[in-house]
Amino acid sequence: MNISQFLTIFISAVFIYNVILSRFLGLCSFVAISKETKPALAMSLAVMFVTTMSSILTWLIYRFLLIPFHLEYLSTISFILVIATFVQLVEMVIRKFAPPLYRFFGIYLPLITVNCAVLGVAVLNIDMFFVKGKAIAGSFYYSVFQGICVGLGYTLAMLLMSGIRERLELCNIPKALKDFPLAFIIASIMSLAFMGFNGFKF
Amino acid sequence: MIKEFLKGLVKENPTFVLVLGLCPTLAVSVSVSNGIGMGVAATFVLLGSNTIISLIKNIIPDKIRIPCYIVVIATFVTIAEMMMKAYAPLLDRALGIYVPLIVVNCIVLGRAEAFACKNSVGKSFFDALGMGIGFTLALVLISSLREYLGTGKILGFTLAKGFEPAFIFGMPSGALLVIGLLLGFFNLLKNRES
Repeated sequence: MNISQFLTIFISAVFIYNVILSRFLGLCSFVAISKETKPALAMSLAVMFVTTMSSILTWLIYRFLLIPFHLEYLSTISFILVIATFVQLVEMVIRKFAPPLYRFFGIYLPLITVNCAVLGVAVLNIDMFFVKGKAIAGSFYYSVFQGICVGLGYTLAMLLMSGIRERLELCNIPKALKDFPLAFIIASIMSLAFMGFNGFKF
Repeated sequence: MIKEFLKGLVKENPTFVLVLGLCPTLAVSVSVSNGIGMGVAATFVLLGSNTIISLIKNIIPDKIRIPCYIVVIATFVTIAEMMMKAYAPLLDRALGIYVPLIVVNCIVLGRAEAFACKNSVGKSFFDALGMGIGFTLALVLISSLREYLGTGKILGFTLAKGFEPAFIFGMPSGALLVIGLLLGFFNLLKNRES
């Protein structure tokens, strides 16, 4: 485990392989909720929290439950179940103990269950930080850090997009391109800009 | 039955009309063969999950129906994943993490929630077949555009000589541009009709 590895994970998760603009994970929520900045921020924070926690949970499950019993092929089922249960649990806890926060997150929390980004991070962690069924050194810390960074990348793309779309509200847009099509074209241009980070090495 | 089958192809095409399941669509549409592979895998999962869910719709308690659906879907995704690893390892490597991600493909869960839990087994089966084929067709359309513009070839065949491929269409940015323009185009057709 060394510091430069963390830096590499950070740069690649936030910029080079940005979860939305390069890996296309969580695209549905990205175009649906990025119309205004405030809900976009709420959604991003919720996603960041869940990706981090699900990285921790799925790593523990894979390392201590699935590998010892040779059940690696059940990873998809177990991960999605754990994520769904966890999201449900968080929703109930927040509703009970922090009503203002619950109102802030609102309907966005349950939506996260079917957000590809969350399951995507879990699968990516297993792909990247386990070699031949064995955890590499520092794999747990890398996984958690990657969870945070993917959440950060999501937040960055979401905030940029919602800022642009708020301004577009005032523009005269061809009728056929309204909403989804234009959102994709903007995302394409953003993705082009993010490609500039390609080949960034340490 | 025929009506349920046909509606998924054009009128309620999951990609262009319902705008569902875009993550895998964009990610795997680099080449036509990947697109077809993804389409077949998703169709298999849709058929399995829609049939099973409409069979057990009366047993599932209403409050926990979503987790139940997810378990059924995840089972079929795991089967698809294992079959692909065994019989098409190259395709499996090309599709990468997007195979397990069929679980969270909105089309599959969407059809379970919107159709299979209310309709008979036969109808759900044909609905899934139509949606799956509609999804595959959309994938083929997007991926052939991207593969042709990005590499100048489709499935390894050169169509026109002297065509200078634009590398960008093989990149994520090209995928977003193609889907954006296609959605705009279909909107235009819809507006003309009405």
